[in-house]
Amino acid sequence: MKRAFPILAVLTALLLAYAFYEALWVAPMERTMGDVQRIFYYHVPSAWTAFLLFSVNLVASVIYLISRSAKADALAVVSAEVGVVFCTVVLVTGPIWARPVWGIWWTWDLRLTLTLVLWLIYVSYLVLRRFSDSSQTPKLAAVLAIFGALDVPLVYFSIWFFRTQHPQPVIGGGGSIDPRMLHVLLINWLAFSCFAFLVCWWRFRLELLQRDVEEAQALESLLGDGGSSAPAARASVPFNKTPSRPGSA
Amino acid sequence: MSSLRSITLATLTKDIRLEWRSRDAINSMLFFSLLVVVIFSFSFDPNAEESREIAGGLIWVAFLFAAVVALNQTWARELRNQVLDAYRVSPAPANALFVAKALGNFILVSLLEAVMAPLFMIFYNLRVLGPSWQLIPVAILGTWALVVNGTFFAAMSLRTRSREIMLPLLLFPISIPAVQSMVEATRIILAGDGSARFWIVLLLTYDVVFTTACLALFGTILQAE
Repeated sequence: MKRAFPILAVLTALLLAYAFYEALWVAPMERTMGDVQRIFYYHVPSAWTAFLLFSVNLVASVIYLISRSAKADALAVVSAEVGVVFCTVVLVTGPIWARPVWGIWWTWDLRLTLTLVLWLIYVSYLVLRRFSDSSQTPKLAAVLAIFGALDVPLVYFSIWFFRTQHPQPVIGGGGSIDPRMLHVLLINWLAFSCFAFLVCWWRFRLELLQRDVEEAQALESLLGDGGSSAPAARASVPFNKTPSRPGSA
Repeated sequence: MSSLRSITLATLTKDIRLEWRSRDAINSMLFFSLLVVVIFSFSFDPNAEESREIAGGLIWVAFLFAAVVALNQTWARELRNQVLDAYRVSPAPANALFVAKALGNFILVSLLEAVMAPLFMIFYNLRVLGPSWQLIPVAILGTWALVVNGTFFAAMSLRTRSREIMLPLLLFPISIPAVQSMVEATRIILAGDGSARFWIVLLLTYDVVFTTACLALFGTILQAE
């Protein structure tokens, strides 16, 4: 498993390079928007990947609440973190494209607002994980993930109604797309998904290792405490350890 | 069922009695929302037409901020003397505690609204152009929407560092659709343009969905220690 990582990393890098080449040179120029449109090959795949990761987070959270498996929780952390990164890419590339095409950086359009709210919910999820340091963090975080998921359809309906009441410029949805553009888009999506998978996998391993380390440290400090009351045979060990214990605990 | 009701009632009356004797939460909430109203009125300085358009937003933002003040104090009382730990080991149903706390907060925030809404009308020279009775269901559903999730997230943030700041960080993103519904419904009723039915239905849906979720998951949160 460990050896597969460098191979996969090289493959992903190649795929990303190829997708980059396709997006910038191979894909046909859009007639009205020109080269600006090429940001589409980064914006849309990032959005799909982010939504995919948020779904993974929800599923992992539900599994955690049912089975209390530490791996499900680690998967939830990882997918939320990487998902927020991709969602940030979406929120940054969107305005860069919108400024020359729409003439404005931002509009409270359905998809924009929904993405922003999703981003806010998952940032608050990460904040909760950061601020809560008891062993119950996974449980609280999983509950929050479920609340966030319940919120999404409600946000959708509220903005949908709001915006149909007050028409706004919308993304050129419903139009047809050149098959070559679609091809480039799908290649980019594949590359981004592979990249996201790779990062998630590595982060997942790191998370599990970190937990092992924390567990080992906790165990060590417990044994250290037990040792201080142990008989004289071990007396020298706790004696040496005593000054360093506050730091390691 | 009867134990659920009696425990809920007991906790609720205890909380209300405590609040009645100290009046800590209600006084700070009242003063806080008064300050928000005054500051808003200085910063926007609206005329009658404008204030009808923005009043819905202002009033609900003021109530949202003030509600956080009350919600933050919800569980603090139970942490002292390990009351919450005692509750955890007792056979009392967890949801009784949650319902009592949520109802207590609901009563507090409703009281605040009953006092502040007329004051708001005076300060902003508001006259309701739409069907004013509809403001009552909007206020009830809106208050419940803030309070039910607020009580739940306050219980969640008990276990975190700097829990006072944690509550709004958790509550506000989830409350976005509810706040939008309250604000829009209030604006439509005040300005009398069209029907607020969609927003009231959405608010009701929000309340049903999240009340169910809170009741289903509160046990997990309470036992988390």
